[in-house]
Amino acid sequence: MATFTRGFGGRRDDRDDTRIPPGQTLVRDWPVLSAGATPDIEPTDWAFSIRTESGLHQWAWDEVHALGVEDVTVDIHCVTHWTKLDMPWRGVPLDRLFEDVETELDYCMVHSYGGYTTNVPLDELLDGKSWIAFEADGEPLTPEHGGPARLLVPHLYFWKSAKWVRGIVMQSDDEPGFWENAGYNLHGDPWKEERYW
Amino acid sequence: MVVVDGNALAGTLADSLGPEPTVVALRCAGCGSLGVLGQTTVYRTAMGSVARCRGCDTVLVTVVESGARRWVGLPGARTMSAPIPDGIE
Amino acid sequence: MTLPDTGLEARITPVARPATRRRPAWYAATVASVGRETTNARRIVLDVPTWPGNDPGQHLDLRLTAEDGYQAQRSYSIASAGPATDVVLAVDRVDGGEVSPFLVDAVEVGDALEVHGPLGGWFVWRPGESTRPVQLIAGGSGIVPLVAMVTAHAEADDPAPFRLLAAVRTPDDVFFRAELDQALASRAPLEVTHVYSRTAPPGSTVPAGRLTRDTLAAAVFPPDAGALVYVCGSTPFVEQVLRWLTELGHDTSDVRAERFGGN
Repeated sequence: MATFTRGFGGRRDDRDDTRIPPGQTLVRDWPVLSAGATPDIEPTDWAFSIRTESGLHQWAWDEVHALGVEDVTVDIHCVTHWTKLDMPWRGVPLDRLFEDVETELDYCMVHSYGGYTTNVPLDELLDGKSWIAFEADGEPLTPEHGGPARLLVPHLYFWKSAKWVRGIVMQSDDEPGFWENAGYNLHGDPWKEERYW
Repeated sequence: MVVVDGNALAGTLADSLGPEPTVVALRCAGCGSLGVLGQTTVYRTAMGSVARCRGCDTVLVTVVESGARRWVGLPGARTMSAPIPDGIE
Repeated sequence: MTLPDTGLEARITPVARPATRRRPAWYAATVASVGRETTNARRIVLDVPTWPGNDPGQHLDLRLTAEDGYQAQRSYSIASAGPATDVVLAVDRVDGGEVSPFLVDAVEVGDALEVHGPLGGWFVWRPGESTRPVQLIAGGSGIVPLVAMVTAHAEADDPAPFRLLAAVRTPDDVFFRAELDQALASRAPLEVTHVYSRTAPPGSTVPAGRLTRDTLAAAVFPPDAGALVYVCGSTPFVEQVLRWLTELGHDTSDVRAERFGGN
């Protein structure tokens, strides 16, 4: 067992709340986690694609926005144990993009500018469960927080909300993405504490 | 040819990173360059640590720790090389 | 020719186990002493009774545990080297940091903590292994592992020519002044140059100013001297120095760096 060091308390903000999943701590700031250089993408150069077994669908910045941007307030849970409650976001529900997409495949590999990937089953992105998000806390997303656009999938641990999102490739199996290969859970449900393999 | 199982590697791999990780040699699967772990660009975050090739940014090594367990990935390094320790401790 | 028999017993020096034989492990440590090192940094000496010793340049991971079990861990370079179980650290205070303000402002003699080490085998210099000149370049607290090398070099009376270039803000930010003076007074060849970015010492002929490529070039061994180079400090400092060394014609395969992060 570790030795306790007198007087050391760390830096945390504890509060008892049933909206906080097990093993999580409430925070008020928004920590930045990055495993590489921050991509620098202009909205004019940005595009979002969905590749299926039959073809490629693509939307430019204006085209995604034209599908209808909505306000949504969600709780986010990072696998590194912090939780933010009632965070306001603005984005387009993935449902709107998938309206025109036909696929028999059940799983998605989400791709980001810069090479990051993460896997999510398709049915966990649909039915109001995810957005392509452009604003958080009332401001356009900064690059360090994944701007100009990131995926938002709040019911799963936040590493699944891929920053600098650029598209989805449909896959027949739940192949693991970057962090899932590195040791993190394929699914990532915070309420079941699905953190690691 | 003798076919056994992983138990036979217990002694060989007990020291798989050699006596000291920073001198472990890695070849980058992205650009082919050879270097040691101590030279890589390392991003340390609460999610884990990622060692990237200083030349081409390919992810060479990932380290994730849960408190009870550690995962070491070599997505871009494929092979590690370390000196074999000499002598008896 | 045989040496005269002086009647003195041969002095037996403890042979430090080389890094290859000192596997890193977790050790219980107690704070043995604390003291101001610079305006912003504290020297902390840890008593680690089972410490196996460490090579010059190695570091340790220090772990603090709060009463509720919360843990935080940070790496610190070791200023001491050899078999001694008194392990010397110098911790720079990072504003808003979680661990360094505690170590600099609050930790007391007798406090218990845990250390993991000795760590590192690449950013290491050991006496007696090579006669190549050694150039050490430090930014701020980056001098800590280099002080271990300077001290080991002096104590071993090692003939390799050593130069240390240390960039600091003011004379109050000089680390391990007494240890450096003692090393300069020894017979081992050593030159020390401090560059002050903000305030130069009184009577200095050189005005204060940030380290530049020209000041660097004037202080370090020329590229054709075949020196081993060790650079340590914040990541931006190290990146800048490495760029300059390359521009000045140094062979990068002879340069080893240790980046502390931060800005």
